[in-house]
Amino acid sequence: MSSARPVTMGSALNTALRDSLRDDDDVLVFGEDVGTLGGVFRITDGLAANFGEDRCFDTPLAEAGIVGFAIGMCLTGFRPVVEMQFDAFAYPAFEQITSHVAKMRNRTSGRVGLPMVIRVPYAGGIGGVEHHCDSSEGYYAHTPGLKVVTPSDAADAYSLLREAIDDPDPVIFMEPKALYWSKQEIELPSRQPAFGKAVVRRKGTDVTLVTYGPSVPMALKAAEAAADEGWSVEVVDLRTIVPFDDETVVESVRRTGRCIVVSEAQGFAGVSGEVAARVSERCFHSLQAPVLRVSGLEIPYPAPMLEKIHLPGVERVLDAISRLQWDDQPDLTFAGGAV
Amino acid sequence: METTAHAATESLLPSAHPVQLLDPTGAEVPQTGTARDYAMPSAARLRAVWHAMVIGRRFDIQATALTKQGRLAVYPSSRGQEACQVGATLAIRPTDWMFPTYRESMALVTRGIDPVEVLSLLRGDSHCGYDPIATHTAAQCTPLSTQLVHAAGAAYGEKRRGRDSVALAFIGDGATSEGDFHEALNFAAVFESPTIFFVQNNKYAISVPLSKQTKAPSLAYKGIGYGVPAEQVDGNDPAAVLAVMDVALEHARSGKGPFLIEAHTYRLDAHTNADDATRYRSSDEVTAWLDRDPIARVEAWLKARGELNDDIVAATNAEAEARASELRDRMNAEPTVEPMSLFDNVFAEPTAQLEEARAMVQAELEAEATA
Repeated sequence: MSSARPVTMGSALNTALRDSLRDDDDVLVFGEDVGTLGGVFRITDGLAANFGEDRCFDTPLAEAGIVGFAIGMCLTGFRPVVEMQFDAFAYPAFEQITSHVAKMRNRTSGRVGLPMVIRVPYAGGIGGVEHHCDSSEGYYAHTPGLKVVTPSDAADAYSLLREAIDDPDPVIFMEPKALYWSKQEIELPSRQPAFGKAVVRRKGTDVTLVTYGPSVPMALKAAEAAADEGWSVEVVDLRTIVPFDDETVVESVRRTGRCIVVSEAQGFAGVSGEVAARVSERCFHSLQAPVLRVSGLEIPYPAPMLEKIHLPGVERVLDAISRLQWDDQPDLTFAGGAV
Repeated sequence: METTAHAATESLLPSAHPVQLLDPTGAEVPQTGTARDYAMPSAARLRAVWHAMVIGRRFDIQATALTKQGRLAVYPSSRGQEACQVGATLAIRPTDWMFPTYRESMALVTRGIDPVEVLSLLRGDSHCGYDPIATHTAAQCTPLSTQLVHAAGAAYGEKRRGRDSVALAFIGDGATSEGDFHEALNFAAVFESPTIFFVQNNKYAISVPLSKQTKAPSLAYKGIGYGVPAEQVDGNDPAAVLAVMDVALEHARSGKGPFLIEAHTYRLDAHTNADDATRYRSSDEVTAWLDRDPIARVEAWLKARGELNDDIVAATNAEAEARASELRDRMNAEPTVEPMSLFDNVFAEPTAQLEEARAMVQAELEAEATA
């Protein structure tokens, strides 16, 4: 018997928060607008009403304050799950996140862990205005001490958020907001592979697309389209950027011999570059072509009417695949902004 | 409506002048016109504060000397600020939280934390030598004012747990310009978080004088905008610091929320041993503040009341000397640092990437050992 039904990523996240609040009295949800309103994306919808305003509450509009306050609450044994509302809104909290959240366990020789989750709705594709569409995962992934997690479907959203809340370390939980309304036939609760385990979303033999979060559905579409042109494309979803699953990525690329890293974030000095470097180092003898990147452009996130040009899409992935044959001198002009 | 707002403001206002119970000669100052009633602490408490200040000052001088011997990478002295560091610390309970900055070494020693553990950060063997949970004392904070928000959160956590513990957070005058100062006061006020914000206004943020830091007539006035009651106090008067702390603690413990204290004091030494204070202040200014010595002040009061005599002073000085000597000996021993610990506390469980790095360093060290 299956009672699977269509679940959106947004409602899966809401269910994960509900189940965590129910199972552990020390879990608290707070941030700007998360209470009465239920969050601007309604991810915290009904939590204050169901669990009381002691468990889910609104704070002053101050991101450093929200994160710093959560640090203090951890010292008294609470497990805060805080919301940053939008990616770029988290930047005022950057000092708290990088100077304190990331370092507290290390600074105190393991005596103070911070079991907190910072939820960051991120990336674009929703026609948001400036400061509402940044891909900020690179900043966090570059900071030792932070786990960086990003689901690509509802089942993973539920499972990864539950695991993030249970984790003894701070987790930056990046929610691809363009996927909030994406649906999946699932039954909750369910558990998916643990942190640090990438998943092969589609099997293939000719080329591996390594991707994560908002770019996964697009990469799957590209793989589908590439099949029509005779390419068998494998799609690996990282799920957690930190910790990073070298094993799954390397196993796939050694088998396919070709690799394209697909990310919405700009390519330069970012997560996609890190993945490309790791693949090059570990799979050099298996590679039939250089590792390419298909990423967002090296520009500040554009105005909504131009975001389609910025965001990597199926055509750019197909173009990159077509450039992987390497019979001729490689043209790297648009590979992750490298020239 | 306007009168209500004004009435509410009245209850938040600090006294027009810093609260002082003892003048620099140790004579009692009659209490008139202060914003609240401040009671003279008992002789026993003042003796305890005097004792801890003597120990604390000698510790501070020893720590400064250790920088000259290369035993500490750097040391920010708090000599001259004894009344603030010792008075505020002795006013709280062991179950209360403390959120210190890098300058609060004397406060930590007064809290009973092993001075070698206190100096760990500045020696460079660890970022925090003591256990913050066991001591209820957060790691000394280097970024300015960031720990104030932690204090507000911890105090709120205590309140949520149904306990009456408070958080005492220290900063200097310069740190009141930081955004986190604002966010911390605002959060603490909104959540009625029992937090005491203790500003040691020692007149300089490294080289920048208070006049270039703020236009506020008193840093204590900054409480009004947040709905946080505040007081300014003579930070070189140990009796006044205790009395104001008592009022602040009563306020916080009784569920009325945070309290802001501005203590007017002076940093007799440079910002750290790496700083040259003669570039930005005159020796006359320093000399004037030497005349406001917190130890001499309370010592005079205690002696006048027969609570202290030269024998006790000599014995206390000898105790301070012995403690300094012991600290010197212990600091002269090479600290043990375990290279593999680098990878132990990045996460609760190391990632595969950390394990790889650990293996590399392990191999390097083994190769070095056999070379």
